[in-house]
Amino acid sequence: MTVMADERELRDDALNGLELSTRLDRIWRTPSGLLGALMSVDHKVVGRRYIVTAFAFLLLGGLLAILMRIQLAGPEQTFLSADKYNQIFTMHGSTMMFLFAVPVMEAFAVYLVPLMVGTRNIAFPRLNAFSYWMFLFGGCFLWISFALNVGPDVGWFAYVPLSSLQYTPTKRPDVWAQMITFTEVAALAVSVEIVVTVFKLRAPGMTLDRIPLFVWAMLVTSFLVMFAMPSIMVASTSLILDRLVNTRFYDSSSGGHPLLWQHLFWFFGHPEVYIIFIPGTGMVSAILATFARRPVIGYPVVILSLIATGFLSFGLWVHHMFVTGLPQLGAGLFTASSMLIAVPSGLQIFCWLATLWDGRPVYRTPLLFVIGFIVIFVLGGLSGVMVASVPIDTQVHDTYFVVAHFHYVLIGGAVFPLIGAVYYWFPKITGRMLSERLGRWNFWLAFVGFNVAFFPMHILGLIGMPRRVYTYTADMDWAHLNLLSSGGAAIFALSFALLLVNVVISLRSGALAGDNPWDASTLEWATSSPPPPQNFDRIPVVKHRDPLWLDHASLPVVAGLSLERREVLLTSLAEAEPQIREASPEPSIWPLLTAIATTVFFIGSIFTPWAVLWGTPPMAVTLIGWFWPGGSKEDEE
Amino acid sequence: MPVRMRTALVPFATLPLAACAGRQSALDPQGLQSNQILNTFFVFLSVAAVVWIAVTIVLAVGMLRRKRAADQPLALHQPFERTAGRVVFVLGLATLVIVLGLSIVSYAGQRTVFAKDEHALTLKIIGHQWWWEVRYEDDSPDKSFVTANEIRIPTGQPVKVELESADVIHSFWVPSLTGKMDLITGQKNELQFTAKNAGVYRGQCAEFCGLQHAHMAFAVLALSPDEYGRWRDHENRSANSPTDPLGKQGERLFRARGCALCHTVRGTLAGGQLGPDLTHVGSRTTIAAGTLPRTPATLGAWIADPQHIKPGNFMPKMPLQSDELIAILNYLEQLK
Repeated sequence: MTVMADERELRDDALNGLELSTRLDRIWRTPSGLLGALMSVDHKVVGRRYIVTAFAFLLLGGLLAILMRIQLAGPEQTFLSADKYNQIFTMHGSTMMFLFAVPVMEAFAVYLVPLMVGTRNIAFPRLNAFSYWMFLFGGCFLWISFALNVGPDVGWFAYVPLSSLQYTPTKRPDVWAQMITFTEVAALAVSVEIVVTVFKLRAPGMTLDRIPLFVWAMLVTSFLVMFAMPSIMVASTSLILDRLVNTRFYDSSSGGHPLLWQHLFWFFGHPEVYIIFIPGTGMVSAILATFARRPVIGYPVVILSLIATGFLSFGLWVHHMFVTGLPQLGAGLFTASSMLIAVPSGLQIFCWLATLWDGRPVYRTPLLFVIGFIVIFVLGGLSGVMVASVPIDTQVHDTYFVVAHFHYVLIGGAVFPLIGAVYYWFPKITGRMLSERLGRWNFWLAFVGFNVAFFPMHILGLIGMPRRVYTYTADMDWAHLNLLSSGGAAIFALSFALLLVNVVISLRSGALAGDNPWDASTLEWATSSPPPPQNFDRIPVVKHRDPLWLDHASLPVVAGLSLERREVLLTSLAEAEPQIREASPEPSIWPLLTAIATTVFFIGSIFTPWAVLWGTPPMAVTLIGWFWPGGSKEDEE
Repeated sequence: MPVRMRTALVPFATLPLAACAGRQSALDPQGLQSNQILNTFFVFLSVAAVVWIAVTIVLAVGMLRRKRAADQPLALHQPFERTAGRVVFVLGLATLVIVLGLSIVSYAGQRTVFAKDEHALTLKIIGHQWWWEVRYEDDSPDKSFVTANEIRIPTGQPVKVELESADVIHSFWVPSLTGKMDLITGQKNELQFTAKNAGVYRGQCAEFCGLQHAHMAFAVLALSPDEYGRWRDHENRSANSPTDPLGKQGERLFRARGCALCHTVRGTLAGGQLGPDLTHVGSRTTIAAGTLPRTPATLGAWIADPQHIKPGNFMPKMPLQSDELIAILNYLEQLK
């Protein structure tokens, strides 16, 4: 199709050096001004916004945690009322899971995956912009509701019938359920983009067995999102329908059942844990290879472990329901399937340990966080084996033991690698290094604070403290450990304050990073820091799993992409052989307008079913605008 | 005057009064089931400790040992790579064997914990926001009765509790005796346990059930079989009729001021079904579902303003004159 155009158009083999860069920059640059910023479809711009927004929600969620720790630091405290506390613990869980943990991982993927696979933009960049706006609006919707005292107060799991209209006649559960819809739309969109980017936009020569481990991790995560999130969308939408138009999916008095909610919720909820953890493992693999100064041992083992984890994660949701009165043999089988996931997780840990064993570790802050991750996560995994056991779970379920367990897994397994990743990729994203001195303080405060805050909770659970209680009496012997835990939480919070200080200072006056400050091996380090709008002047050709270690001086490249319009190179799925040049969308305001129309529709429909009627035309209009044939050269030819 | 009365009583209510709370710890097993669970837990804990220490040691040694040459990241030593691969494989297999072994240990423990005894003493427990209705049911109706927030059982005898919910999901948990089981709307669950020793064991709702989830506790009093038999005979009786003028006035006011709309006192005209049965409230150890020990002061403070002690609970603050409050309190204290 494009053969005829060849004679007319300017290709990147015609220019070199600065002239080439300038020309590409002009084509790929986000337009200036406020309108331009709102139109941006650059994965780096969107990714940066995504990361910053997700961290803002981390900060908010963390503040809520501090409020809870103040309330629980002593018995019979009246710092928070029961009503405020219930809103706060619900908001903490929902914010951390839906507005921080999942989005922040996707945010890093949005920024990094196109760079790591050596392409110029993410697949479906306008969908990507739309996804960010939906995430932003959904998060703001939740937090504005909270500020207006309509914050959800039925737990991040919103069990029916407590969350039904009969027992919670306010709008609070609707806000929660619709926030889910927002964030799930955003997450599903990103997942599709990541899968297509990884499958079709890889640099020539990046065969399946040369894909960086972080990219593999995000690929598996994206599939998990696509299979797990529909379950929660079905669940939360039917909850809204039950509450709005009395559909009775969950009403046991008319043929529904409350356990249906639990099955749907946990069929999503358990894979969700791995949606958060698997990207963390990808970050660990990336950081470990760079700072152990050798490739991760067992590349195929790690990938197969990721895939096995993905599959297994769908077969163990019932361990959240061991005390709902299920048949005993069935529950016992879910014990075995839950523990089985220790095998792929264990294999990855063993590969990382072997890598460190053989490597020559350079102890910079990112590696410190990875080592902290191993120590904490293994402990969390082992307490996970305990809670997988039916008899043990009947004691520790819904107690502080479980609170300790999943914070070890989620903070240890995802947040520690994430903070490591911030230190690791900050130079790439901003062009400046974070302070190493503050970084060390940050790590040690986080490591000590975390363990002091969360380890005592294991014991609290065993000595009888249930979760989600806004207070406890003095005669329960829980006061000392709670006080200790609150003290640890304060130290842990301080470590995040230090990270923030470090970021602010380093943004202004950090040392300049250069292209590849860590001498890392993957393609994102082959371009400048921060990368130019076009990512790479020429698309690299990959001949090895660690291209930059193989070829320090000059990376081989392909040429032939257009210099007159946005173009990316599509390659084949397995072998990454070049197939076709493909136009990449120009900036557009329509994703934002569509997101606004969708937001109005979503928020309206928790108040009246008529919103489905009057909310659809604006969405249709914006979508028509979005997909209006733009008359690109490709279309004309 | 009534206002002053209330404010005078309130401080008593918030005093942290110890001693009657009872044990509430999975680490302090006083029942056959909790004992079994703790044994299973210790097996898991030992394995976990060994694994965690081993990983930490390997990590530490790996970090400290002498290293390969730097700056040659791709100069890999092939024999090492092969050995490492084999070691990872063997460790993976070991993990598999360990988790399968632990699954079997777990299932064996589970069978013991959930073993059923045909001749267990049966109680029905119905969860309410935020209190526990306890029904002792017998084949003959004149031996069946209802009480609340306090369960008395004989030691050494298996007890079966049938669990139902009147509203949202709750969870029945007495860690010193056994693990928990949910009370689910529209479903009947059951749980069996046996108390080994006499004592007071505190339980608490473990499933978030709304505003006052934190204040939904109860006490299990394990008594010697003789003592239990005597208690049951007594509890089965109707309420004492007060003989003193103040008590009689209290009984009248109990009905006149609306208490009886929600509460039952067997043997009187008070037959409300929404709140706890108060037939023998004077012999219970706690009030407001384990929130406070029952003393005249706390009970008085509770009646004066239930919303102060347990905000959001469904007992309204009744407009009572102070002399009325004293009469009702006097009456309730006599319901031994």
